[in-house]
Amino acid sequence: MMPAGILGWVMAASCSAAAAPIAPPTPSMFDPMGEPASIILNITWLLIGICGAIAVVMFTLIGYAIIRCRAVEGDDREPAQIYGSSPIELAWTVIPLMIVFVLCMVSARGIFELELETPPEGATEITVTGHRWWWEFEYEDLGIITAGELHVPLDDNSVADMFLTLKSADVIHSFWVPQLGGKTDVIPDRINHLWLQGNRAGTFVGQCAEYCGTQHAHMLIKVIVEPREQFDAWVATQQKDAVEDPAVAQGKHLFLRTSCINCHTVRGTVANGTFAPDLTHLMSRSEIGSGVAPNTPENLREWVFDPQNIKPGCDMPSMKLTRDEVDLICAWLETLK
Amino acid sequence: MRLAGDSEVSTLETPIGPATGRPPFLSQLHEWVTTVDHKKLGSMYVVCGIIYMIIAGLEASMMRWQLAWPGQTVLTPEEFNRLFTMHGTTMVFFVGMPILLGSANIMIPLMIGARDLAFPRLNAFGFWLFLFGSILLYFSYFGGQGLYGMGSAPDVGWFAYAPLTERTYSRGHSTDYWILGIFVAGIGSTATGINFIATILGMRCRGMTLMKMPLFVWIMLVDAILIVIALPPLAAAQIMLLFDRLLGAHFFDAQAGGSALLWQNLFWFFGHPEVYILILPAFAYVTEIIPVFSRKVIFGYPLMVAATVAIGFISLGVWVHHMFSVGLSPLINAIFMASTMLVGVPTGIKMFNWTATMIGGKIRFDTPMLFSIGFLCQFLMGGLTGIFLATVPFDWQVSDSYFVVGHFHYVLFGGLIFGILAATFYWYPKVTGRMMSETLGKWQFWLLIIGFNMTFGAMHVSGLLGMPRRIYTYQTERGWDLWNLLTSIGVIFQIAAFTLFAINLLHSAFKGRRAGDDPWDAWTLEWSTTSPPPAHNFDEDPVVYSRRPLWDLKHPEDPDWKYE
Amino acid sequence: MSTAPMTAYPTPPEALPQDGMSNGKFGIGLMIVSEITFFGTLIAAYVFYIGRDINPPYPQDVLEVSIAPFKVLFNSVFLLISSVWIWLAVRAMRKGRMGAFIFWWALTVVCGAEFLVGTGMEWYDMIVNDGVWIGTNLFGSGFYTVVGFHAFHVTMGLIVLTLILILALLGHVTPRNVEKIDLVSWYWHFVDGIWIVVFSVVYIFGNQAIT
Ligand code: HEA
Ligand code: HEA
Ligand code: HEC
Ligand code: CUA
Ligand SMILES: [Cu+2]
Repeated sequence: MMPAGILGWVMAASCSAAAAPIAPPTPSMFDPMGEPASIILNITWLLIGICGAIAVVMFTLIGYAIIRCRAVEGDDREPAQIYGSSPIELAWTVIPLMIVFVLCMVSARGIFELELETPPEGATEITVTGHRWWWEFEYEDLGIITAGELHVPLDDNSVADMFLTLKSADVIHSFWVPQLGGKTDVIPDRINHLWLQGNRAGTFVGQCAEYCGTQHAHMLIKVIVEPREQFDAWVATQQKDAVEDPAVAQGKHLFLRTSCINCHTVRGTVANGTFAPDLTHLMSRSEIGSGVAPNTPENLREWVFDPQNIKPGCDMPSMKLTRDEVDLICAWLETLK
Repeated sequence: MRLAGDSEVSTLETPIGPATGRPPFLSQLHEWVTTVDHKKLGSMYVVCGIIYMIIAGLEASMMRWQLAWPGQTVLTPEEFNRLFTMHGTTMVFFVGMPILLGSANIMIPLMIGARDLAFPRLNAFGFWLFLFGSILLYFSYFGGQGLYGMGSAPDVGWFAYAPLTERTYSRGHSTDYWILGIFVAGIGSTATGINFIATILGMRCRGMTLMKMPLFVWIMLVDAILIVIALPPLAAAQIMLLFDRLLGAHFFDAQAGGSALLWQNLFWFFGHPEVYILILPAFAYVTEIIPVFSRKVIFGYPLMVAATVAIGFISLGVWVHHMFSVGLSPLINAIFMASTMLVGVPTGIKMFNWTATMIGGKIRFDTPMLFSIGFLCQFLMGGLTGIFLATVPFDWQVSDSYFVVGHFHYVLFGGLIFGILAATFYWYPKVTGRMMSETLGKWQFWLLIIGFNMTFGAMHVSGLLGMPRRIYTYQTERGWDLWNLLTSIGVIFQIAAFTLFAINLLHSAFKGRRAGDDPWDAWTLEWSTTSPPPAHNFDEDPVVYSRRPLWDLKHPEDPDWKYE
Repeated sequence: MSTAPMTAYPTPPEALPQDGMSNGKFGIGLMIVSEITFFGTLIAAYVFYIGRDINPPYPQDVLEVSIAPFKVLFNSVFLLISSVWIWLAVRAMRKGRMGAFIFWWALTVVCGAEFLVGTGMEWYDMIVNDGVWIGTNLFGSGFYTVVGFHAFHVTMGLIVLTLILILALLGHVTPRNVEKIDLVSWYWHFVDGIWIVVFSVVYIFGNQAIT
């Protein structure tokens, strides 16, 4: 029977994901990169086993009925009428109850293991704020605020624990990086916590998982797990104020005279808006607009010229600048390493 | 072994189907608008439901076109968001609900040997509220931004999570249309639910004690009770949201201390029972169809009743499983995981009893039975992925991903819609007096089986690979291309299948083979009257001795009442 | 599910299985059930927000539980006692005493109307003097919604009661209608019963300084 197909689908998915050894762009939960994701994957295998077995039993029974209990042409007699059978009915009440019980016990353990109140030792603590439609990451102890890309260091045992504090600036979002662990919603009147872990260097992606309006599709999350030295270097740049480059002072002044500063912060200048991503180190990010486009000079110019063209409906208006002005501003933005 | 049936001519006082002679158009229209006859109202419900099914299905097809390949620009993000909101809302409230209300409307009085529902005029009131509510929702396409701006439909998703629905984030009036349309229709459904309960409890024919009711009626009773309990909380929550939007109240306004979680709790307190409200009627249909086509009495009637009641009861206490990822305490998550999985037990009982009814029978594979078997297999898969989702840690991965979308289409489409299709083929002869085409039906069945599993099976995979739901586009690097393409290709098969269905429905109404009273050689009371039944349903009030009154008549040597 | 076949034919059932229960009672009873879940939701929301407000005024600043004329306790007494009057009215009708029926029924209407007037005065006071309206803060939102919906139900009830009173005065209501009149009284009892819950939640439970 065709519906068995879906079990096949599930299997195919797990195999295709497991077969490709390093496939960072596909955020597959079958490719876990840390303890939380592995715990969940183990529970998943158990589920696939148990539910698969139930499916096999049911399809066998249904298949048996379909094949062996067909009406025969010309035979008008009614089959024996069987009204029920207490022992059989008891059996298929009690056995599922027992299965449910076992499943509950196993997964309840998983819940308590995964839902941490306090950060695990050595974890990087980051405050994540969901905005329409981008992510803000704040490292309070390091004094860094950035957007879109989350950097975490691997420790000596080659694990990178992160303990996130999740907040929302507007509506509900959901923080989900499948390879590092499960998702948790980001809710305006609530502070949530989430424990994630990466166990090797790499870039892991995820996306906002709770519908949050027009551009919900473009709320990319990038978690960059990197060796300690690399992370420290990143921290050192991020902690600095914006670079001063006299060559592009004209663009800077234009930026500061435009209302950009109401929304954006560029540390070391008067721009201190908090509505939009911090641009102090814009060039350290590889994508703009939360994953709508790679951060190339052309894309940046198109973005500043009319963001609505690239990310329709986003909360940055077209600033009605001329192409020349855009060039000036972008020349300056490009120095914000 | 036929009853009085098989007679080709049926003399009717009020014709209800096109199978009989036609009075002038205007008086016919007047007749339909003013009718309080449960069969006519029921047919109107079902017809409206099918029309909305086509509309919502086309909306889905447009979404699938946009998502077939990465980076498509067939639709703008706003258009896409409106489409899935309207698709989900329409399918749940204006396809599932009217068809279940309509089928219960037609069948309950016939099955319990009554002349009509307890409150025929309330019944008409309920229908018209439903119709106007649904029109109100669709009017938002014209009126959503006010008369002068171009219209737009709501784009907040079918569960309209606050604070996205607050004035700050949802300008214009589209969300108000969503609220009011469903509110109005909801009042109608509640009224009709009350009507059903009063009818079932108060109007059964002689001899039909509660434990001699057909299971269809039992399931509809539980269903109606769920409607009466679960719909008013939605209305209350919608009132609060409406006050927030129109009067500046702060119920769901986080800035003023309001709570986004309150909306979620209230919505799902309605929303979860709602999905069982939708699936129970499908259970009711197959519970009638499988025994008839297996030629065997339903296996374990008392346990079926108990399981139905248990499902209704438990389903009121599981709503938090839609909120596993909002960061509730581990204990609460664990408790609701347990209660959610517990629903699997009574549902499983039903699955087993249906299968046991088939085993040892002499199965005839007419279209209604095909769709019932399709229902069994697909609902099983959907139910099992439900168990997956109920497992909290797993849900943390796939909640709000396409895996969930796959799950609920397996239960809603593979369950509910397959049940509806089975029921349509089964009772169409009773309602119109003509048979539907078996050939077209079988083609439709196989096309649908292929299309359905392709579309919604592949969705599970994209979900497992990390694809969130409600995204209007995605990038090719994510590796979801193949699965989305498969999903979209499946829709082509579905469109073909539904086109056949539409042809079948229309063609058979005029050209179908005459059905006679009892074309399937069935056992419940509705088959003892003419097809279509007269306005008063039965010429003389029926008396029943068992759950299968017609079986008793057809097998005087081995009647049912001996065993019950 | 016994497997041993019975030998005797069953006697045909004499009566309908549900004799003695009327559709109307089911109808009104179920309508009340659905109303209870409706109010239950509003009240649950109210309870949920007790003590969560971040903007003043708080309930204890504006709600005055007093028996003075047209204050809430005074009004409540009128509303609750009207349940007794309507019960007496139905009883009188059962006994065929239409004069007494009209008297008690009219008294019910008067008491219900007093309640509405009292509520109106309380609202006026709160809106004009305390400046609390539905958009002021969470308390305002909850208070006007819950109390308002209750008042709305009282109003609907009053309209029906008044219509019946007029019909009765015109002589169109006879003791034969007593079952229907009884159903109306059920609704009125329900409106009163809900008030007890609303009152306890809003004026007593939610009216304390919560820190
Ligand atoms: C017809 C509608 C319908 C039905 C019947 C169900 C049935 C079930 N659903 Fe589903 N569900 C939906 C419609 C439905 N659902 C919808 C619309 C949503 C999404 C809403 C949205 O977000 O938009 C949803 C979402 C949803 C979620 C939330 C996912 C998320 O958003 O994160 C969960 C989680 O627990 C869940 C679980 C279940 C379970 C456990 C069942 C069970 O009732 C299934 C029981 C059946 C079986 C288990 C199979 C048969 C049993 C046996 C053969 C016995 C042996 C089995 C065992 C011992 C396990 N559903
Ligand atoms: C009963 C319920 C039901 C049914 C039957 C369906 C049926 C379908 N659904 Fe839907 N769906 C939902 C309920 C349902 N859905 C809900 C509740 C949501 C959640 C919404 C939300 O997130 O808010 C959802 C969401 C949803 C999504 C996710 C959107 C997103 O998250 O971005 C998708 C994506 O592919 C989808 C697709 C489909 C498809 C392809 C079908 C197909 O099976 C449809 C097939 C039907 C047709 C194709 C009709 C064609 C008919 C004809 C062509 C007839 C021709 C007529 C004449 C000639 C007269 N649905
Ligand atoms: C009304 C507020 C507002 C103003 C004014 C504004 N922006 Fe933005 N900007 C935003 C928002 C919001 C985003 C994030 C958009 C998104 O990703 O959805 C953004 C994103 C950006 C980005 C991409 C950042 C990233 O990390 O992806 C750049 C670059 C940028 N803005 C530059 C500018 C410049 C230059 C100006 C002035 C000419 C400007 N902005 C004016 C709101 C504003
Ligand atoms: Cu943020 Cu979706
Ligand atoms: Cu649910």
